[in-house]
Amino acid sequence: MFRQMLLIRRFEEKCAESYSLGKIGGFCHLYIGQEAVGVGAISALRPDDYVITSYREHGQAIAKGISPDAVMAELYGKATGCSRGKGGSMHLFDAEVNFLGGHAIVGGQIPLSTGVAFASKYKETGQVTVCFFGEAAVNQGAFHESLNMAQLWKLPCIYICENNKYGMGTSLERAMSLHNISEKACAYELASELVDGMDVLAMRHATQRAVKLAREQSAPTLIEARTYRFMGHSMSDPGKYRTRAEIEKYQERDPIKLFTATLIENDILTDKAIEEFEAEIKEEVEHAARFAEESPEPEPEELYTNVYANPLTKD
Amino acid sequence: MATQVVMPKLSPTMEEGQLSRWLKKEGDKVSMGEPLAEIDTDKATMEMQSLANGVLLKILVNEGDSAPLGDPIAIVGAEGEDISELLGAKKSAKEEAPAAKPKTEEAEEKEPEPKKAEATSKPSGPPKEEEPKPVTTPSRDDGRQLISPIAARMAAEAGINLKSLQGSGPGGRIVKRDVEEAVSGKVERIPTAPRLRAVPARPLEKGEVYPPSAYRDEPASEMRRTIAKRLVTSLGPVPHFFLTTEIDMERAADLRGAINELYPDAKISINDVIIKVAAAALIQHPQVNASFQDKNIRYYEHADIGVAVATENGLITPVVRSADLKSMPEIGAEVRELAERARARKLKPEEYMGATFSISNLGMFGIDEFTAVINPPEGAILAIGSAAPKPVVHDGQIVIRQTMRVTMSCDHRVVDGAIGAKFLQTFKQIMENPLYLFLSQ
Amino acid sequence: MAEITMRDALNQALREELARDEAVFLMGEEVAEYQGAYKVTRGLLDEFGPKRIIDTPITELGFAGLGVGAAMAGLRPIVEFMTFNFSILATDQIINSAAKMLYMSGGQFKIPIVFRGPGGSAYQVSSQHSQALESWYAYFPGLKVVMPSTPADAKGLLKSAIRDDDPVIFIEQERMYGMKGEVPEDEDFTIPLGVADVKREGTDATIVARSLMVPVALKAAEVLEKNGVSCEVIDPRTIRPLDIKTIIASVKKTNRVVIAEESHPFCGVGAEISAQIAERAFDYLDAPVKRVSGEDVPMPYAKNLEQLALPDFEKVIQAVREVSYLE
Repeated sequence: MFRQMLLIRRFEEKCAESYSLGKIGGFCHLYIGQEAVGVGAISALRPDDYVITSYREHGQAIAKGISPDAVMAELYGKATGCSRGKGGSMHLFDAEVNFLGGHAIVGGQIPLSTGVAFASKYKETGQVTVCFFGEAAVNQGAFHESLNMAQLWKLPCIYICENNKYGMGTSLERAMSLHNISEKACAYELASELVDGMDVLAMRHATQRAVKLAREQSAPTLIEARTYRFMGHSMSDPGKYRTRAEIEKYQERDPIKLFTATLIENDILTDKAIEEFEAEIKEEVEHAARFAEESPEPEPEELYTNVYANPLTKD
Repeated sequence: MATQVVMPKLSPTMEEGQLSRWLKKEGDKVSMGEPLAEIDTDKATMEMQSLANGVLLKILVNEGDSAPLGDPIAIVGAEGEDISELLGAKKSAKEEAPAAKPKTEEAEEKEPEPKKAEATSKPSGPPKEEEPKPVTTPSRDDGRQLISPIAARMAAEAGINLKSLQGSGPGGRIVKRDVEEAVSGKVERIPTAPRLRAVPARPLEKGEVYPPSAYRDEPASEMRRTIAKRLVTSLGPVPHFFLTTEIDMERAADLRGAINELYPDAKISINDVIIKVAAAALIQHPQVNASFQDKNIRYYEHADIGVAVATENGLITPVVRSADLKSMPEIGAEVRELAERARARKLKPEEYMGATFSISNLGMFGIDEFTAVINPPEGAILAIGSAAPKPVVHDGQIVIRQTMRVTMSCDHRVVDGAIGAKFLQTFKQIMENPLYLFLSQ
Repeated sequence: MAEITMRDALNQALREELARDEAVFLMGEEVAEYQGAYKVTRGLLDEFGPKRIIDTPITELGFAGLGVGAAMAGLRPIVEFMTFNFSILATDQIINSAAKMLYMSGGQFKIPIVFRGPGGSAYQVSSQHSQALESWYAYFPGLKVVMPSTPADAKGLLKSAIRDDDPVIFIEQERMYGMKGEVPEDEDFTIPLGVADVKREGTDATIVARSLMVPVALKAAEVLEKNGVSCEVIDPRTIRPLDIKTIIASVKKTNRVVIAEESHPFCGVGAEISAQIAERAFDYLDAPVKRVSGEDVPMPYAKNLEQLALPDFEKVIQAVREVSYLE
C-alpha cells in the first residue's frame, strides 16, 4: 500500500509537469493528498469487485490495477491509452480490472454504481461495487436517489465520499446545510462511517467492514473519508478560495508522511527501502511518460469506431 | 410519315440557333438536301438542308426566333397528312396593343400633345410610339425564371428551351408537368413584338416641334448577341473604340461664310455645319444612328443630335431633334437657344435626354483632338478638335489648309470598325464637299 | 397471425424477450404490481417475479442511471418511463452515460439498454405531458431511436431493440395502444432496426410519417387517391439510424414530399429528413419539401385547441396538393 501511495504521488507529480508542458490536454484533476482514501479502500477489495469513480481518478485507476503506462498514454491522448485515447483524464476505463470509469458529470457515477451493484446481486456473483465521489456530489439529486434505491433494494454498493472540504472553489460550509455527510445516511437508514481519510489503514479497515456487509448481507454503506487535496481542483485552479497556511497545515498530515512514520516506527520500512522505492517508482513513472510520448495517436478512422456496438447502417 | 425537322448543330460550340430566314414556305415541296432555312449560329449564318422528302407542312419557329439544339423547328411530311399528333395545339398569341392609337390620328389633331408612354414611366418621358405588350412569363422582381430541379433536368434532357415555357407553378415556376406537356409537343412560344410603324415624314406645322425620332427594334442577330456578350465582359459596360480622321475644313468654312452673308441673322457657327453634316451622314449610315438595347438593336429614323454644352454646373447635351430635316440656320438658332437655357438651368428633361447621337466640340479651347465618352444608350459620339491652318499635301504640293481632327467613339456592341469608319468617311466627304448635302442618296 | 392491440403486442414482445434471456429485466414506475400505467406490462410480475419486474420509486434520474450501470455490468435492462416527458429528468444518464459509454471507454463497455414508454400527445393532458422528444434523443450519436406505428411493428421492433447491444429509445404512443392489427405469433419474429417500411405504395407524392401520423397519412392518401393523386406513405420506423435510402428512392419516383409529424417543426425530425432529401435528391424535386408538423406552441389543455395544435389528415391533404401544384 505504501508503495502504491508513493507511486500515485509521483505519478500525479509527473502529470502536473506533463500538463504544464502541454502534453496533457483538457482538464487534469490531481489526487495529491488523497492517496490514502483510494489506496486504502481498494486494498480491501477482490480483483473482481468493481470500482467506479469521478474525474479525479488517476490514483484510483492505478490502485485498481491499470498500468501507469496505460493511464499516462490515455492522458496524452494516444491509441495505447486504457480508453484508446477516446476518454482522456476524466474517462479512464479498464474492463479487465473492473474499473468502470471515470465520469465527468458530478454525481453521475452514483446511480451507475448502484446499477452495477444491482447487477451483481441479480447475477448473484457476490461482487461488491465501490463508488468514489466528492462531498459536493452529495448535493446532487442523483446521490439521494441512489442511496434510497440501494437501501430499498439492499444493493451491495459502498459509497465512499472523499470529503476534501472544497467543491472546486466552494467550501463545504458554503454548499451544505448538514455538514456531517455520514449523518446523511440515516435519511435512508443506511449504514455509515466517518473515517480519517489521511490514515490509509483506517480507510482499509472501514472499507473492509463495508465490504463484509455488502458481500454477506448485500447492504450498502456510506463512508465519509475526511481528506484534503494539496493541489488545486484542477491544473487550471487559481486557488484563491483557501490560504497557503491552511494547505500547509494539512500537509503536516500528509498521508504518505503519516504512513511512512507508522511503518518506520513498526520497523516495516527503512529509509533505504524508501530510497529504493523512490528510485523504482521514478523509473516506472518516467517509463510511463516515455511510453505515452512515443505511442502513436489514434488513427483517424477511430473517430467513427465504437459509437454503436451494432452499427446498423454503413453510410 | 411526317417527321420533325430539328435545329441542327451547325457549329461545334453552337447551343442554340436563330432562324434567320426560311427559304421555303409552308406547302412548298422539299427534297433531301435542299436548303430549307438560314440559321444564325454563334459564329455565322449557315444554310440548313432538308433531311426528308415531302412537303413543308408546318413551320414551328418563325424568322427571328431562336431554338436550342434539337428543338423541333418544322414538320415535313406527305401532302395533306394529319400532323395534329406531332403538333398539339399551337397558340400564336400576337396580341393587339391595348391602347395604341395610330400616329396618323394624332397627327390630325390641331395641337398634338406629346403622349406619355403608357407602360413606362421614365422621368424623361419622351413620348414614344405605343408598344403592343408582349406576352410575359410572370416572374419574380429580379426577373429570374423559376424552375423546379426535376423540371430543369427534364427540359435539358429533352432539349427544350426554357424561355419557351410558361410556368404553372407559384411565381411562374416551371414544374414537371409544364415540361411534360412541352415534351409531348404542345409548345407555347412567346411571340416577338411586331415592328413599329414609322412616322411618315411630313412638313411641320407652324409652331410645331419635332417629337423625338421614331424607331424600330430589330432582334439582335445571333452574332450580335455573341459579340455583345463577349465584349461587355472584357471592356466594361460600353465597349468603346475610337476612330480619328483629319478633315480639310476650307470648303466648310466657305459654306459657313456664304450662308452668313446670305442670311445675316443666321450667324451659324462651324459647329452648326458639323451638326448638319453629321445628321446627313447618320441618315446614310443608319447602323450608326442606333442604340444597343440588350436583346435588340434600335435603329432611329431621324438624327436627334445631342450637342454638348459646358455649363458652370457641368456638361449637358441639349438635343436638336431631327437635325437631318432642319436647315443650318434652323440648327444654329436652336442650338443657341438651347445652350442659353442650358446655362440658365432652364432645360426640360425631354430637351436633353433621348439623343440618338452626340457631338462634343472642344475646338474653341484649342484642343487638337480628344476622345469622348459615349452617352449611353447612344451608339456613338463625335469629338471635334480645333480647326487650324496646317501644312498638308494637296496635288503633290505642300499647302496650308484649315484642318480639323475629329475622333469618333463607337459602342462596339452596335457599331463595328468598318461601319464606324464608313460613317466617318462619309462625314469627312461631306465636310470637305458640302455640296453633297444637296444631292439625293 | 392474430389480431391484437398494440399494447398486447408490446406485452408479448416483453414477455418473449424476458423468457428468452435471463439477463433481461424490466423496471419503472408502476410496472409490476399496478400492472403498468398503460397496462403494457400486465401480467409480467406474475410470470417473472419481483427480481425481474421491478417497481421503482419516482426517481427517474436514479433508476435510469441504475439501468445504465446494470448494463455496464452485463445485464439487459428495459427501463420504462411512464411517459417520455419524465425522461427529461433522466437525460443526464441517458445522454452522458448511456450514449457515450462505449465510445469513451474505447469500446469496453456496451450499454444494451432499452428506454421505452409513450411519447407525444395524449388526450388533453396539457403541455408537460404531451411532448414529442424524438428529435432530442435522435440528436446524439450513440443512441438509437425507434417509433412503431402498428402492433406488428411494435412487437417486432421492441424485440429487436431488446436484443440490440446499444441504448435504444423506444417511443410508443399512448393514443395508439388500443389500435388493433395483425401480429405474427412466431417467437422469433423480429423487425430489424434501421429499416423503413412502405406502408402504402404510390406514384405521385411521398408522405413520410411516423407513429401517430401514420394512420393520418394513410387516411389522407385514401382521400387523395379518390381524387387522382396516388400517394406513397413511408414509415421510417427507426428514426436513428434513419433509412434515408428508402425515402430517397420514393422521392426519386414521385418528385414531391410531404413530411407529417406531431412534433414541433423547428429542429424536428422532419427538418432532418428535409435536409437529407435536399442533399441527396435535389435534382428530383418538383417542389420544396413540405412539413406538416404540430404547432410551435406548448400543448394547450382545451380540446379544441389541442386539436388545432395537431396535424390531421386534412392538413396532410392540403400539403400534398400544394406540392403537386393542385390548388
